[in-house]
Amino acid sequence: MTGTRSRRRPPEGATLAPTGQGAGRLLVAVYGVFAISATARAGVQLATQFDEAPVAYLLSAVAAAVYVVATLALARDNRRLAWAAIGLELVGVLAVGAASVFDVAAFPDETVWSGFGRGYGYVPLVLPFVGLAWLVRTGRARRG
Amino acid sequence: MTPVASALGVACLLLAAWSGLRTAQDRRVGGGQLLACAALTLALLAQAVAGFVALAVSDRAVDSVTFVGYHLTAVALLPVGALWAIGERSRWGNGVLAVAALVVPVLLVRLVQVWDGR
Repeated sequence: MTGTRSRRRPPEGATLAPTGQGAGRLLVAVYGVFAISATARAGVQLATQFDEAPVAYLLSAVAAAVYVVATLALARDNRRLAWAAIGLELVGVLAVGAASVFDVAAFPDETVWSGFGRGYGYVPLVLPFVGLAWLVRTGRARRG
Repeated sequence: MTPVASALGVACLLLAAWSGLRTAQDRRVGGGQLLACAALTLALLAQAVAGFVALAVSDRAVDSVTFVGYHLTAVALLPVGALWAIGERSRWGNGVLAVAALVVPVLLVRLVQVWDGR
């Protein structure tokens, strides 16, 4: 452990571990899978059956955009954008998860975040926590 | 699950376990894994073609856009994962390949559900 560690900003001249390398590749791959599947799902829903559940399908599109941005931000080591996208993802999965439980009528069809990601093995619920933990971990200044 | 889809799913799970093990061993992706990727991709491609033919001649109510999309994704995943793994000069190439190999069985299960109109 380094003795003097600033929580918010690394000391002058220190380098941060890139978010998209090492084990971060894994995170980028999982985010990429969700980005592609959510985008494809939202595209199909919006194109073919928008009238059936506009709220749910628009939220699907928002979720897809969040996953795409998070994937790119992690891969390109854009730390600030990654914080924003993954933070939004966490809020989204919690809010939509809760809303889909309490207001079933607005969600006749599933979205990625419905029931806290039930349809996707709850991975959407776990993923933002892993993502934020990774950002914290790589955000600490490297030794040496 | 059709027997073919089940066998392919199990094979992909084995590939995922193999790749996960090599990640834990801190080793890079190996030739055997790439060979397995190639063989599985060919089998998945054959399954996709069979699926498209079945879809064309069948009169069941199948969400065809989703069905075709899942088939194409299932075929593409392993090659993409393998290319990524080759380019990654660390153990995490194996990790990425494991993720790709884990997603394929999920797609296969969904494909069968879509075919059954669920």
